[in-house]
Amino acid sequence: MDSYILILSAGMYTSIQDLGRKGFRSYGVPISGAMDKYSAILANKLLNNEENLPVMEITIIGPQIYFEDNTLIVITGAQISPKLNGKPIENNFEYAVKLGDILSFGKLVYGSRAYLGIKGGFKTEYILNSFSQFKGITKNSVVNKGDRLRITYLDVEHEITSSTIKVRKHHYKSDRIEVTKGPEFYRLSKKQRDFLFSNKFEIDNLNNRMGYQLKNKISPLKNSEIITSTIIPGTVQLTSSGKLIIMMRDCPTTGGYPRILQLTDMAINQLAQKKTGEMFKFYLESSLKFLSRLANRFND
Amino acid sequence: MNQYKLIYKPFGSIAVLIEWPQEINTEIIKNINLFKNKIQVELADIVLDIVPAYNSLTVFFDTSKIRYSAVIKKIKETYELKNEVLKTSSLLWKIPVCYNDDFGIDLNEMAKVKKISKERIIQLHSSIIYEIYFIGFLPGFLYLGGLLEELHYKRKVIPRPKIKKGAIGIAGGQTGIYPRESPGGWNIIGNSPINFFDVKSNPPCFARSGDKIQFVSIDIQKHQEFTQQINTGNYLIKNEVYG
Repeated sequence: MDSYILILSAGMYTSIQDLGRKGFRSYGVPISGAMDKYSAILANKLLNNEENLPVMEITIIGPQIYFEDNTLIVITGAQISPKLNGKPIENNFEYAVKLGDILSFGKLVYGSRAYLGIKGGFKTEYILNSFSQFKGITKNSVVNKGDRLRITYLDVEHEITSSTIKVRKHHYKSDRIEVTKGPEFYRLSKKQRDFLFSNKFEIDNLNNRMGYQLKNKISPLKNSEIITSTIIPGTVQLTSSGKLIIMMRDCPTTGGYPRILQLTDMAINQLAQKKTGEMFKFYLESSLKFLSRLANRFND
Repeated sequence: MNQYKLIYKPFGSIAVLIEWPQEINTEIIKNINLFKNKIQVELADIVLDIVPAYNSLTVFFDTSKIRYSAVIKKIKETYELKNEVLKTSSLLWKIPVCYNDDFGIDLNEMAKVKKISKERIIQLHSSIIYEIYFIGFLPGFLYLGGLLEELHYKRKVIPRPKIKKGAIGIAGGQTGIYPRESPGGWNIIGNSPINFFDVKSNPPCFARSGDKIQFVSIDIQKHQEFTQQINTGNYLIKNEVYG
C-alpha cells in the first residue's frame, strides 16, 4: 500500500533531505542533507522515527500540502506559522492528519528553515544511498507544485505519544558562530585575525544551500588561491577579492580558495537558520579543546 | 612509499586532512593514490570516505567509532606500513571529442591569440595521454594532468552562465570535461558525447583517479551517432590496460 501527499504550492525553496549522501565524495558528489541537522533530527525523534529518515526542508515561505492519507506529522525548526485546515498549529508537537487535510504556512516569525517530519518518513527517490534531492543526482532537485510524494503507509491508528518540547531560542537568535582554525588559518596576519574576531559580519543576499556569502570584505591573502583541495560544509573560504564564503551542505567537494575557518556542525545548523541581512560574530574555539570536548561526548 | 613528510590537520570534527608538499606533480599524485588504497584496505571499518586532491587526502572517519587522536595514530601507522598494497593496474580510456566550431566556441580566439592554427591545437590536445588526478568540483568532473604548455590559456574574465554538458575546456594549465550543464569560466574547444557521471551505475563514474584519458578527434556526424548510441545504452567506451 502506498500513501501520498500532493503539493498544492511549493513555497520558496522546498526539498527532501536526510542526513546526507555519504561515500561518494571521491566522485565529486556533494554530501547534501538537511541544512539544520539538529532540527531535522528533532522532527524524526519526536515521531519516534530513525533519526536519518528523510524530512521536508522548507525555506522562509512554506508550501501548501494536501494529505491523501492519514499520517502523523511534526514541524520543527523555523517558526513559519503552520496551519492545519486554516487553524494554527505548534512547532515541535505531533499532529494526526487525516485524508483531505491541508497543511499551509504563513508569516515567518523566527529562523529560516522549517522541517516537516512524517511518521515513517518520505518514500521518495533514493539515489546513491540517500534521499537528499540534488541537481543532477535525483530527478527533481526541489519539491515542485503538483508533485505527489510517497509517504509511509500507516496501517494502524497511532496514538500521539510525544509532548511538546522547548527548543531554546538561542538556536535561532545567537549571534555567536563557533569556528575552529581552517587548514590555511596560519597564513592570516595578526591584523586579519583581529578583524575576523572583532567585527560583526552580515549575511549577503547570495545565500543558499551551497553557501553563504558575507557582505564585509577583508584584505585578501598574498597568494590568494590554493592548489585545489577538499572543502566540506562549514569551510570558510577567503576569495581573491576579499569576500568570505561559508560553504553549506550542498557545497562542491573541492575548492581553490584558502580555507581560513571551519564552522562546527552546530554552528552550521545555527547559520542555516539565519537569512540575508542578519549579523553574527565568529567565535574561535581551539581545535584541541573542541576535539577533546567531542571525545568526552564519545566517552559517555 | 613513505618518502614524504606529511602534515596532518583536523578538518572540522569529522575528517583528517593529510597534506603533501604544495606542488603539482605526478610522483605526489601516485603517492597519494597509493596511500588512499592502503587506508581503504587497512582502515575500512572506521573510514567513511576518502577524497584525494592534487596534494592532499581528506579522510572522513566514523565519529561514533573512533576519536580524532586515535584516527591520526592509525593513519600514520598505515603510511609507515612496509607491505605494499597490490598495485591495481590502471586503464586508458579513449574519449571521442568533436572539435567542430559549433562546439569549440573558443577555438578561433585561442588560435588567434596564441598564433597557432586550430588544427595544431586539436592535434596537440588529442596527442597526449592525460592522467586522472582526482574527481571534484562537480559530480564526475575529472582533474587531468598533462596539458602541454603550448595549450595553456587563461580562464575567461567573465564566466559563461551556461556551458553545455560534455564541453571540453582549457583553463590555465588545466583541461577538463563538463560532466553536466553548468556555469563556468573555461575556454571551450570541443564536446564529448560520453557520460562522465551516471547515477544508475555503481560506481557512478567509469574512470578512477590514477586512470588515463586520451581524446580522439571525431566529426560531427560521429558525435551525433555516438550520442544516439549512448542514449540507448549501446555505446561502449573503448579502454585498454595501461602500465
